Amino acid sequence: MTITSYIFGVLAALLTLGVVIEMLRRHRLRERHAIWWLVAGTLALVVGVFPGVLVWAAGVIGIEVPLNLVFFVSVAVLFLVCIQHSAELTALEAKARTLAESVALNQLRIEKLEKRILDDESR
Amino acid sequence: MPTPLDSTLIVMPAFNEQESVGDVVREVFEKLPGVTCLVVNDGSSDATSDRAREAGALVAELPFNLGVGGAMRVGFRYAVDHGFDNVVQIDSDGQHDPSNVRALLDQLENADLVLGARFAGEGSYRVSGPRRWAMVVLSTFLSRTAKTRLTDTTSGFRASGPRAVRLFAVHYPAEYLGDTIESLVIAARAKCIITQVPVSMRPRAGGVPSHNPFKAAAYLGRASMALAFALIRPPVPLYNAEAGR
Repeated sequence: MTITSYIFGVLAALLTLGVVIEMLRRHRLRERHAIWWLVAGTLALVVGVFPGVLVWAAGVIGIEVPLNLVFFVSVAVLFLVCIQHSAELTALEAKARTLAESVALNQLRIEKLEKRILDDESR
Repeated sequence: MPTPLDSTLIVMPAFNEQESVGDVVREVFEKLPGVTCLVVNDGSSDATSDRAREAGALVAELPFNLGVGGAMRVGFRYAVDHGFDNVVQIDSDGQHDPSNVRALLDQLENADLVLGARFAGEGSYRVSGPRRWAMVVLSTFLSRTAKTRLTDTTSGFRASGPRAVRLFAVHYPAEYLGDTIESLVIAARAKCIITQVPVSMRPRAGGVPSHNPFKAAAYLGRASMALAFALIRPPVPLYNAEAGR
């Protein structure tokens, strides 16, 4: 590994973490959605600064090419993020449905009240 | 004494049904005096609401299309809020004959959910090919779940008694086929008593039922999936639904 690629790896991890933290700071990202990105960014930073950690971890699990561990963890993180998004989407749809139903029922109530007021006024 | 019509709410989910909804509402009032009729406009872009109001129905307008499940839950919630005991679902396209409603309500004396079954002898409604197999498979499984013989589980013509209304006001599913298949599973597992009554079905006012075998196969697949997921979901006990109010 050359010094350039070492710096490149560390900078990429720092950039990821920086973007996520900055978005959190500006309330552009909620903490519960950012958690997996924070985990991924932190892991990337650790591995970037201490490449030996990756080789060690791959050895412990029994993966011959350490890079495959990186791919595996990346896919796992993306998978978790996607599942979380699908679940949140489902929850939001359920909420939107309940709200839409309430809107319809309230609309009906308003129409009834308006009609009663008009009837009272014309009497 | 039959279940009084005064405490029965007719719910009609309607999506772009301006041609038929007015006539169906008028026929309901003519054949079932004293009943309250709620048309749930499921995000239509035509004059469905106006036609229904002209005919004298209450109209609840959903801001966007939710499907039959969402429209029906509006009806169940309205029934709970306004003290209706029974809810009868009728299609707004004129397929269902309102004069069968009394037969459905009579059965509510000793059941919580009554289906109007289209193949149980009356009328001339026939389906053939894969779509028919799909209906047979569904009926077999659902009959076992409901512990009673049901021949037409995808019927949208059904009456719910007080216990089922309270259950459905909270738990009526909005997913694909949820309004027919999953709602039956939910009711059966909440220990509701389900039964069926033969009804005659009229031809649809507009459009022909599809006989495309690929569509029918897709329908069978989606219906089986809906059934499988309905069966592996945690059951909703009735007391929970009541405590939720």
